[in-house]
Amino acid sequence: MDAELILMQLFSGVALGAILVIAALGLSIIFGMLGVVNFAHGALFMVGAYAGLWVASVTGSFWWGLLAAPIMVGVFGMVVEYVLVRPLYGRSIDDPLLLTFGLSYVLVEAVRMIFGSDGIPFPTPPQLTGVWDLGVGFFPIYRLFVVGVVILVLVLLWLGLEKTKFGLIVRAGARDPTIMKVLGVDISKVWLLVFGLGAGLAALGGVLAGPMRSVNPEMGSLVLAEAFVVTVIGGLGSLLGSIIAGVLVGIAISMTALFAPEMATIVMFALMAIVLLIRPEGLFGKLA
Amino acid sequence: MSSPALAAPVPSTRQPSGLAGALTTYRVPLSIIALCLLPWVLPSQALAVNVLVYGVLAVGYNLLFGYTGMLSFGHAAFFGAGAYVTGIAIGKFGIPWFAAVPLGILGGGLLAFIIGMLSTRTRGIYFSMVTLALAQLIYYVALQASSWTGGENGLRGFTVDKINLFGWKLNFLDPINKYYVLLAFAALALWAVSRILNSPFGAAIEAIRENERRARTCGFDVERTKLLAFTLSGLICALAGTMSALHLAFVPLDLLHYQTSGMIVMMTLLGGARSFFGPFIGALVFLLMEDVFSLWTSHWQIIVGSIFVLFVLFLPKGIWGTFLAKVIR
Repeated sequence: MDAELILMQLFSGVALGAILVIAALGLSIIFGMLGVVNFAHGALFMVGAYAGLWVASVTGSFWWGLLAAPIMVGVFGMVVEYVLVRPLYGRSIDDPLLLTFGLSYVLVEAVRMIFGSDGIPFPTPPQLTGVWDLGVGFFPIYRLFVVGVVILVLVLLWLGLEKTKFGLIVRAGARDPTIMKVLGVDISKVWLLVFGLGAGLAALGGVLAGPMRSVNPEMGSLVLAEAFVVTVIGGLGSLLGSIIAGVLVGIAISMTALFAPEMATIVMFALMAIVLLIRPEGLFGKLA
Repeated sequence: MSSPALAAPVPSTRQPSGLAGALTTYRVPLSIIALCLLPWVLPSQALAVNVLVYGVLAVGYNLLFGYTGMLSFGHAAFFGAGAYVTGIAIGKFGIPWFAAVPLGILGGGLLAFIIGMLSTRTRGIYFSMVTLALAQLIYYVALQASSWTGGENGLRGFTVDKINLFGWKLNFLDPINKYYVLLAFAALALWAVSRILNSPFGAAIEAIRENERRARTCGFDVERTKLLAFTLSGLICALAGTMSALHLAFVPLDLLHYQTSGMIVMMTLLGGARSFFGPFIGALVFLLMEDVFSLWTSHWQIIVGSIFVLFVLFLPKGIWGTFLAKVIR
């Protein structure tokens, strides 16, 4: 096996991992802040892909789709938090999970009703088609673009969480919401925004993944499983863990695709099983 | 159970008196009588067989979700494993059906034991995520191993047409015969679950559900009890899988899909987790809704999903649980 091929596959893995990172990050942010695992996360990813596709076809520009889908789904996420999830705080931890599962069931069927059950091709934007010569081989520009966008989002998230007053409130609220209320912070507003942010990140992942995967109503269930695997490996609630685990899983998948293609869909679950055996709390997680 | 801690006496307060008490005492005969009547009240016999299969599935699942308090999102794996092992045993090895059924149950139970070993290491929300992910793994394995499972097309070619019971031949293709043969399996499962719940082990799993830390302090081996509950639940769900295989003479790959796991959860919650009759009622209501709503629209899942969301919000005890709490006392 020549080294150039392996190197190229490594790049592919990073691009794949970038999507996984975005998918897992939204899940992890919502969990870290609200203690809710959003089972509709995969469905929101799928809705984001369809929203992006729809906006792109109406405006004729991929860029509007990329911009509008996360905002649309983010607002939808805030409505979901306000109307459906909020009444469940203080009840069993299973209840928000069951509710978001039910929501995903409805969303998948709603998309089938509007866009049909068959997959729709998501064309790569013309500015980003073609390949770049990386010196070792030719690499699709679109995948480099995806990696770039994800890095940009990560930097913005980091700045937002670490350097702004809002980020300070979010971090403090994740640690002790009661104290925040005592200090006079309206924590429910923060929860609303965080849920919207998580949903928006899912949608961004959906639009970015669109040209790399086929867009169909069932794509969410695979994404949900992938996001779960990444957060379990990285440690639930740990953002750094999600990033490292996402890239790791992406590389593992593309390397397996090179050497044993029939194992590619299975390898990430095997990785998760190994992590569970050695460190049940995840690589960067604290024992819950 | 060899552990002395689990042999603690069952507190008498678990047996309510009055109507609720009578319902609890005679829960197995009552369910069997109701199930005997089912094909004569439902619109179609095919629906009755489905209620039987999914009812057993939900009852098995409820042992874990309702009674042990562990929300698994991966029980499709054991349901599917039971069906596939039975189908492969009959179709590829020519094993007679009465031997293929226990094989299917054991196969699903073994899988439940393995997945249980991994997933019971985690708690709460983690547990739900890990069971979902591991069940997806089983789905992809079945998809890839198409020479054994038929891959995307599902497993075919193992029709059971005649059942020979001690010299008494029965045409299994007749829907009523089929229903009552499968009812015998369902009765066995209901009896087993009832027996488990009445045992000291049944008290132990409820203790873990109510307060895991206290159960541990009282000396229960929480990890082992959880793993045993997980495996027992998997065995019952695998039985439902073998019933489905015998019924359809076909194993669709969808049986293993995440949607199936979700459907089990929905049925159990709709009917009422933590109650003996609840899951069966949930399966009945879910399948009836599917039957009725799909006459109006092919998108019946929107209606059923919305109803489920409303149940989580306003009736988390489910139909039977709410009935017990409101009507009986």
